[in-house]
Order: sequence, then structure tokens, then C-alpha cells
Amino acid sequence: MTHTVYVNGSEEQLPDDPRVSVLDFLREHLQLAGVKKGCNQGACGACTVLVDGDQRILSCMALAVQYEGRAITSIEGLAKNGSLDPLQQAFIDHDGFQCGYCTPGQICSSIGMSAELRRGVPSHATDDLSTETIDLSHDELRERMSGNLCRCGAYNGIVAAIAESHARANP
Amino acid sequence: MTPFSYTRAGSVDEAIRLGAGPQTKYLGGGTNLVDLLRETLERPTALVDVSGLSSTIEELPDGGILIGASATNTAIAEHRAVRARYPMLTRAITAGASAQIRNMATAAGNILQRTRCTYFYDNAGSRCNKRSPGQGCDAIDGFNRNHAVLGASSSCVATHPSDMCVALAALGALVHIQNEHGTRVLALTDLHRLPEDHPDVDTTLTPGELITAIELPALPMAARSTYRKIRDRSSYAFALISVAAAIELEGESIKDVRIALGGVAHKPWRAWQAEASLKGNVAITENFCAAAEAELAEARPLRDNAFKIDLAKRAIVAVLSALAGEKSMGTRA
Repeated sequence: MTHTVYVNGSEEQLPDDPRVSVLDFLREHLQLAGVKKGCNQGACGACTVLVDGDQRILSCMALAVQYEGRAITSIEGLAKNGSLDPLQQAFIDHDGFQCGYCTPGQICSSIGMSAELRRGVPSHATDDLSTETIDLSHDELRERMSGNLCRCGAYNGIVAAIAESHARANP
Repeated sequence: MTPFSYTRAGSVDEAIRLGAGPQTKYLGGGTNLVDLLRETLERPTALVDVSGLSSTIEELPDGGILIGASATNTAIAEHRAVRARYPMLTRAITAGASAQIRNMATAAGNILQRTRCTYFYDNAGSRCNKRSPGQGCDAIDGFNRNHAVLGASSSCVATHPSDMCVALAALGALVHIQNEHGTRVLALTDLHRLPEDHPDVDTTLTPGELITAIELPALPMAARSTYRKIRDRSSYAFALISVAAAIELEGESIKDVRIALGGVAHKPWRAWQAEASLKGNVAITENFCAAAEAELAEARPLRDNAFKIDLAKRAIVAVLSALAGEKSMGTRA
């Protein structure tokens, strides 16, 4: 066993103490402070990161040792060659935040949501379970992003940013 | 968290061998256990990670489906055969938690999440028989709007929070279990316990036993099934009341029916009495109402949750009516 994990493309040594969460590992061990600790109990979504490319998880509920050999992407890993991910730019364009604390989680969560939509994963807002393709309606977007809270209430901008980014990627 | 060792099991046999140790817990997706560790409500000295064991979802020759214990909630909900043959299960799973949690949570972990309430979590400030047996229960005379109305005891009024398990109870799901001596199969409805005077024990599993798979028996009637969840906000909240139901009509009469309730008891509540009162009778509102009355006849309200009794009755009637096509049948109840 290598006892390492790939974080934003870099191989990193996992902590020896199995009690360390992915969240604390990223923030305290790797100084990747983009990922945020909101509730630390799985209720707010601020700590959302991506595993193996596009699977969104809560890093506060994940023990780092469980992710040995896997790839974790945090908000710091989204920009490519100095250019923001289009979704990051859309959040800026639409004022998809006020204080910004929930934003890294919102953005990572939205990337994971897009992958789920491409796979045709149904949600509570999906009327027809037999459908192969799901349109990102207002109801679908709100339901699918409901695991990410924004205490500033910047939801209008968040929804607009995600909807625009999704529409551009799915013309 | 108190210190613990961590081992990833490479096989079921290895997991069982490791799981036989003292103060050892199996770890799935961690979405409940990690929280309980952090709050020191669980204090194992060893964790055995079983999340790498079987996560396959296999269609059985007889029309059933066998779900590996480590399949994620998302994987089950999105599976084509589950959606087509057991829509109530997809509906129940997508009504629960958030997408991130459903991506992490395993099938067995969902089943084995603790039956719990806010007083259970209030380590420093409240008495709880589930946390500290014999201490007393501050929920019974406290803020108990979310608590149980069926099958509770004077020692515990907590509810089992799973949505998925309510559908599994209605579907007659079978839980495949392995221990040091061999394997056994248990109906999901026999796996969770009512609190009685031992609310610290949630299930009938013996120490070290491991859930290896969940079997959905072939049930053609389940193609016409759904799950309705009523909660304080429209997403990411536990059920006040939920209903999983399937109905099979023969002409105007009810040939077979399955009903289970969530949010009402210490375990997912199969509505056996409502089912018995409906079978062979005509699928009309009066009979649905009578069935709901029969099921809730033994309900006992606490200070804040009497509304749940009427809400459960109305939810049962609404879901059955929708499934039977009395009202315009939406694909979502």
C-alpha cells in the first residue's frame, strides 16, 4: 500500500492518524484553505469536493484514509493554465455569492451535479423515472443543489450562474 | 474522536475475522458513523472499512435484484432496473439526504444508521437511554414534534431516519448477513428493533455480523409504486411522515397492496394492518380511510406530535388514491 492520495493532480502522503477527515487533511495538512468547514456535520455542503474527477462528496464526513489511491479535486484544482473554470467565471459574472464562504462548495457541487445529469441520475424533482435525459429545469437545479446552503441568501445569483454555465456546456 | 485503528477489509471473510474483535465497528460511507465518532457517541477502538466490498447490483433470473452492501445510495437510485421495477425505491432514496451524501452512503450503512433524535446528540445537556442506558429520556417530555407515534416505549421515542428503508420494508426486502459461523437471510422488517426497554440496541444483528447484500424479491406489482415524503422544508430534511406503497388491482378490487411508513417509529414501519384490511376489498377512498384508521389505531401522541397521526392517515389515503388512479395519477405522488 502506498498510503497516498492524489490531490489536484499531486500525489500526497496520507495522515497516519485515521481520525483525520478529508476536510482537515486538505485544510490543515496541505494548506488548501479553499475548501471550507461550515457545520462539520454533513448539513451545509461548504466542504464539498470532487472524488475521481466528478463525484461530489462531503469532505467533513470522509476519513482521509478511506480515499487512499484516489483522486480528490478541490476548488484550487479547477483553474486550468491560469484560466478560471467557466463555472467560476459565471459565479463572478452573476454575483453568485456575498461573503463567499459557501462558494467553493457550491462550485464543486455543481460540477458533480453536471456529471450526474449526464448520466441521467434522477432526483426528487424528476417526474418520469424512465427518462434517459433530464433537462435542468429550475426545480431540478434547486433540488439537486439543495445540499449546499448559502447563509447570505445569494441563491438567485448562484442559480443564474449554474444555469448559464450548464446551458453553455449543453447547447 | 477517541483513537481507533483502521483496516480496509479485502474480503468478506477478512472483514468478519477483523469484525469479531472487541469494540470494533464496520465502516461504510461514513455519513453517519463519522459524525457519531466526532461527537463521541460511538467510541470503537477499531474500524473495519467494508466500503470496498461488493457494490454490484445484479438482476436475478427470477426478476429480483441483489444489491451489494457497499453499493452507494446513488448507484441504487439510478439503476435502470430499480427505476423500472421498484420505482418506490428510487423515489425514497432521492427523497433522502443530499446528492453528496447519497454518493457516499452505502446500502448497508443506510440500513445501519442509528435510530436517533436531537436529544441523543445532546451529549452534555440531555438524558438519553439510547446513549446512556438507564439514564432517562428527555425527549418524552421535551420538544418531540419529530418523534415516534407508533411502537415507542417509556424509554425511547426516537424515529429511524432512513427513507430507503421504508421502501425496502414495503418491498419485503431480504438482508443477507454473514457471521463467523455462516450466512443467514433476514427480512428487513425483522432487522430493526422497537425500543422496548433497550433503545441502545437498534437491530437484531449480533456483534460482528456483517450485511453482505440486500435482495429485492421479484414483485411485479412494485412497478406501480411510489414514495411520498412530507417534511418541514421541501428538500434535505428528515420525514415528518412518509409513505411507501404499491398496489395491484384486479378490476376494481385490491388484489395485493404494500404499505410502509417512515417518521412514525423506531424502525421502518410496515403497515401490516392496513394491508390486511385492504386485500380483496374495493379500491375506494372509504376503504383507504378505514385501512389508515386501522394502522394508526394504536398510535400514541406526545406533547408536540399529535399532528403526525392525522398526517399519516391522510398521506396513506392520498398515496393509495393516486396509485389506484382515483385521482389523476401523477408519476410523483
